[in-house]
Amino acid sequence: MAYIFNDTQMAEFKRLVARYPEGKQKSALLPVLHLAQDSFDGWLPTEALDYVASLLQIEPIEVYEVATFYSMYNLKPVGKYVFEVCQTGPCMISGSDSIIDYIKQVLSIQPGETTKDGLFTLKLVECLGACGYAPMMQVGKIFREHLTKEKVDAIIAEYRQTANNN
Amino acid sequence: MGVKLLLEKANVPGIRSFEVYRREGGYRSVEKALKEMNPELIVEEVKKSGLRGRGGAGFPTGMKWSFIAKPEGVPRHLVCNADESEPGTFKDRYLMEFIPHLLLEGLIVSSFALGSNDTYIYIRGEYAWITDILEEAIEEAKAAGFLGKNILGTGFDCNIHVQRGAGAYICGEETALIESLEGKRGNPRIKPPFPAIQGLWMRPTVVNNVETLAAVVPIINMGGDEYAKIGVGRSTGTKLISACGNINKPGVYEIDMTISVEEFIYSDEYCGGIKGGKQLKACIPGGSSVPILPANLLLKTAKGETRYMNYESLSDGGFATGSMLGSGGFIVLDEDQCIVKNTLTLARFYRHESCGQCSPCREGTGWMEKILYKIEHGKGSMSDIDLLWDIQRKIEGNTICPLGDAAAWPVAAAIRHFRDEFEWHINNPELSQTSNFGLQHYADPIHVPA
Repeated sequence: MAYIFNDTQMAEFKRLVARYPEGKQKSALLPVLHLAQDSFDGWLPTEALDYVASLLQIEPIEVYEVATFYSMYNLKPVGKYVFEVCQTGPCMISGSDSIIDYIKQVLSIQPGETTKDGLFTLKLVECLGACGYAPMMQVGKIFREHLTKEKVDAIIAEYRQTANNN
Repeated sequence: MGVKLLLEKANVPGIRSFEVYRREGGYRSVEKALKEMNPELIVEEVKKSGLRGRGGAGFPTGMKWSFIAKPEGVPRHLVCNADESEPGTFKDRYLMEFIPHLLLEGLIVSSFALGSNDTYIYIRGEYAWITDILEEAIEEAKAAGFLGKNILGTGFDCNIHVQRGAGAYICGEETALIESLEGKRGNPRIKPPFPAIQGLWMRPTVVNNVETLAAVVPIINMGGDEYAKIGVGRSTGTKLISACGNINKPGVYEIDMTISVEEFIYSDEYCGGIKGGKQLKACIPGGSSVPILPANLLLKTAKGETRYMNYESLSDGGFATGSMLGSGGFIVLDEDQCIVKNTLTLARFYRHESCGQCSPCREGTGWMEKILYKIEHGKGSMSDIDLLWDIQRKIEGNTICPLGDAAAWPVAAAIRHFRDEFEWHINNPELSQTSNFGLQHYADPIHVPA
C-alpha cells in the first residue's frame, strides 16, 4: 500500500496545519498522526511515520518519539474493529473483568490479539472518561457503554453484519 | 433543588445548537464583556467571584489570570484543558457534549480578558465525537459573528481551535499539555518558568479547565460578588460532580457545595443510595488520585462533624483522616469491593501513564503495581506492606509534576485506612482468591475514629 494522502486527506491535512502560527507546523503532529492512522488501515507503519515527517518538514525521529508515546497510535496491524475495553478502578468495580473475560471467550482471542478473520482486536485500556456508564469500551469513534454480555453479543453481531455488507 | 449555573439549561431540547442556546439567553456575557467591560474589569470580577480551578488543584482562577505576562508584541494564548482523564471524572465530557456553546462563550470572554486571539482547546483523543460537536459549535458561533474577526464590531479577533490528544493522562498536567500541543511527547516541563511567562511556543499562556472557563459565563452575567455568595467559605459557586461506582444513579450533578456527603450519596436528587441496598464501604471523593476514605470518615470528619461536599470540608483532617474535592470524580465502593484490587487497578493506571521522565515515578509506579499484584494474587508477605509504604513516600514530592503524588496518594491512603485488609490478603492467600474482606474494618476499633 502506498502511504500517501489522497486529495480529501490532503485537504484535511492543510486544514489542521493552518491552525498554528507560521513555522509552528510541528504542532499539528498529533492530529496528523490521527489522520494518517484513519487513512491507512488503522495503524502506522514506519513508512507512514516517515511520510508524516516529510509532510510536516520535521525529522522522522520527532515523529517516532511521539507515535510511541501516545497509546492511541497503533504501531502494529489491528483488526477492522478494535474493542478498547476499560479496566481501571471505576469500571473494575462495575464489573469490567467479566466483560473482558466474555469477549476473550466469544472471540477466542487474548488482549492484544486479532481474530483470524481480521475483524476484531481486543485491547485493554485505562480510563476513558465514561466511569458513570461502566463497564464500557471504545470502538472507533464511539463509546459503547453499560456493557452486558447480551450487549457484547449484539455489538459483535452488528459489526459482523456491517462488515458483510461492505 | 440547589442552584444550577452551568447545567441549568443542559436539558433544553436542541440546546446543543447555537440557535436554541442563544434563544435561551446564551452569549449575553460576550456582549456584556466586550461592549461594556475591559480585560482588567473581567479579571477583577473573576477574582471577586472566588472561582477556583475546577480541574483538581483548586487554584484561584483570577489570581492565575493576573500572573500572565504582557510583553510588547508577543502574542498570548488561552488554552482550555479538556484532557479529562482522571479516573472517576467525566464532568467536562458531559458539559461539552450537551452544552458546548457554554464552553465557547466562557472561552470568548476569557480570551478577551487575557488578550488571546488564538485559543486552543486540547481535548483527550478518545473524545473524538465531542471534537466534532465542538467544531460544529465553533462554526455556528463564527457564522453568528461571535468568533473570528472583529467580534460584534468591537475590534476583538478570536479564533478557537480544537486539538485532539492521543491517549495520555499526563497531558492533563498543564506543561505536558503545552508540550503535546507543540507536537511533542507529553513530558512535563520544569517550573519556573511558569506558563504565564513562557508557555505555548514560549509565549505567555494560561491553561484552564473546561468547567472553570464555563463558570466565567455566570460570573460575568451575575457579577463576581453575587457568584461568591453561592456556596460556603472559599468554596464559592457551583461544582460539577461526576458520580460513579456502586450507586443507583451514576451521572454528572451540579452542586452548590453546601450539601453534605451523606445527602449527596443517599438523596434521590443525586446518587440515590448504594446499588442493591448494599452498605457503603469506601469512597474516593475527588478523582482516583485523592485519598480513599472509609465510610465512617467519609460521612463525618474525625471530630465527628458532618462532612460537606466542598474544598475545605473534604480535606478536613488532612491526609490522616481527610481527602480532597479534587476534580469532583466521586467513586463509591460498596461492601463487596476489594480495596487491594481497587488499589492495584489504580497503581496499574499510574504506571501506564507515567511519562518516564523522573526515576521515582517511572520506577516506583511499576514496583507498586507489581507488589500490589502479588498481594492481590495471594503471594504477598507482610514486609510488602511496609515496602509499598516506603516506595510511595519516596515518590511523593520527588518528581517534576504532580503525577508522582497522584500515584503515591491512593496507595498510601489504602494502607492507612485499610491495612487490615492487606494483612488479611497476606494471611489468607487462598481464601482471599475466592472471597473478600467486606466490612470487617468496621469491627476493628483501630479503624473507628474517636
